[in-house]
Amino acid sequence: MRRVRPIAWYTVLIGLSLIFIAPLVWMLLTTFKTPGEATRVPPTVLPEEPTTGAFDTLLGNSQTPVLRWFLNSVLAATGQAILVLAVASMAAYALARLEFRAKRLIFGMIIATLFIPGFVLIIPNFLIVDRLGMLDSLWALIIPGAAGAFGVFFLRQFFLSLPRELEEAAVLEGANAWQVFTRVVLPLSKPALATLAVISFLTNWNDFIWPVYVLFSPEAFTLPPGLAILQGAYTINYPVIMAGALVASIPVLLLFIVAQRYVIEGVSRSGLKG
Amino acid sequence: MAAETALTRTPPVQAGEAGTGGRVRRTGPLTPYLLLLPYFVVFATFVLVPAVYGLWISLHDWDYLLPGKPFVGLDNYQALFDSSSAVYSFFWESMSATGIFTVLSVPLLLTVPLLLALLLNRKFRGRTIFRAIYFAPYVLGVAVIGVLWRFLLDPNLGVVNAILGAVGLPGDTPWTTALPWGWVTLVGVTVWWTLGFNAVIYLAGLQDIPRELYEAARIDGGGKWAEFRHVTLPGLRPVLLFVTVNTILVSANMFGQSYLITQGAPGTETRTAIMYIAQVGLSDYKMGSAAAMSYLLTACLLLISLLVFRLFRERRDA
Repeated sequence: MRRVRPIAWYTVLIGLSLIFIAPLVWMLLTTFKTPGEATRVPPTVLPEEPTTGAFDTLLGNSQTPVLRWFLNSVLAATGQAILVLAVASMAAYALARLEFRAKRLIFGMIIATLFIPGFVLIIPNFLIVDRLGMLDSLWALIIPGAAGAFGVFFLRQFFLSLPRELEEAAVLEGANAWQVFTRVVLPLSKPALATLAVISFLTNWNDFIWPVYVLFSPEAFTLPPGLAILQGAYTINYPVIMAGALVASIPVLLLFIVAQRYVIEGVSRSGLKG
Repeated sequence: MAAETALTRTPPVQAGEAGTGGRVRRTGPLTPYLLLLPYFVVFATFVLVPAVYGLWISLHDWDYLLPGKPFVGLDNYQALFDSSSAVYSFFWESMSATGIFTVLSVPLLLTVPLLLALLLNRKFRGRTIFRAIYFAPYVLGVAVIGVLWRFLLDPNLGVVNAILGAVGLPGDTPWTTALPWGWVTLVGVTVWWTLGFNAVIYLAGLQDIPRELYEAARIDGGGKWAEFRHVTLPGLRPVLLFVTVNTILVSANMFGQSYLITQGAPGTETRTAIMYIAQVGLSDYKMGSAAAMSYLLTACLLLISLLVFRLFRERRDA
């Protein structure tokens, strides 16, 4: 490794960081400005008279119940993460460790669907969700997304990498497959489960096109379609729109800060399947 | 559907692998199926069934709001190729919007993240922190980055034009309202937003390349560029293939950026295929026509993916 001049090196890295961080900082600063100040030319960097007016406007409008959207987003993302963990881990364990007929066929089919572009399923799924009475409800955001193949694929790879000896020892002590799964395999898989939970949560939290079209009433919205509504309702009252965007950003940014390792791990793994 | 029958038809008679030693033995013959069942129900309902159901819809004049949904054969597909049909020009305009976006963004999303990954693939203090910073925009959804950049790039009120104007550059670029600026915006924002995702995948791939290969290359001489060409690129091949195919698919799925930032502007030029399909199918409720469009787009993507796979294989043989 050639020596790099530390000062030049870190100047480049910090310069790059600004490109990624400055827009987010601008969003934060704007939320504390008045609508007039937010669009002033030349712009002010720090709010002249910091105000929470944008939040008052945002929270005071019953047409745009942002707290409700926030709650819906939390419920949908958490619900889906739990559902994905439950169904994907069981299926992945069967596919990784148990022998049964049609195993290869089923696994092949699940993998093949990784290549189906999501938009093909949107229209038929709209009708299916309608038929199941889930339209305009949180169930439409929780359940269909759990069908994704990534969780099963990801956990199967992880289970295959576990040493068999522990499972075999448990079998010798009389454990059945379910007990091996719940008492040996799952506890060993905490990092992988955490990774999958975080990735599922983020994906669901950020989902946009699906909630835009399956939710209709303002009380049923999550934050992403809500932001589109805010943009339409407040056009150039940017502090209010940025306040909404901030509300949608903070939970995922916090989660990313806390669980950064898991997020990066999950993303890295998704590339190594190639 | 095929899978469903395969699953139910399988007689649960054999005691599985009872005799093969080493394997988990105390497995009831039904256990694997019971473990698979919950996922499979969701998978069948929201992936397998709709994949086929969508085809069925595309063969009908399927208006969600009307009771009758007459069978029309391939009419919906034919209309897409018939220049006198109502959907023809809008559909192909949206396909070309997706095409332009994909052609402009994919090369950037393949190269810039690779440079970033090479930069981060060194040992220095704070590496993890910088990696996290470059990745951070990606954890925000398209809705957040969409409304944020619409604000920043607002032609009259946005800070980007204000800064450009302050340093003596033109300060009135119509980033979100005219072409070609609309494309610059959509591509630029997307690169800014998703760069970290590809970079992290590249980085994992780079770390999998054995050190010895670099040492061998160094002994042979030839410098950094030769090292990159003969060690790094071949070592990254599988990752590169994944990133290429995935980036093409993601670009072809583009929706939120156009929906929120340019809103199709100036007219409908930056309305992508997905935007148009969603509008026809889920706003105008002409689902048969929209389903046909989505299958045609899928066929295009399949073809492109196959070409990419092929390209990568030929390169290996060469």
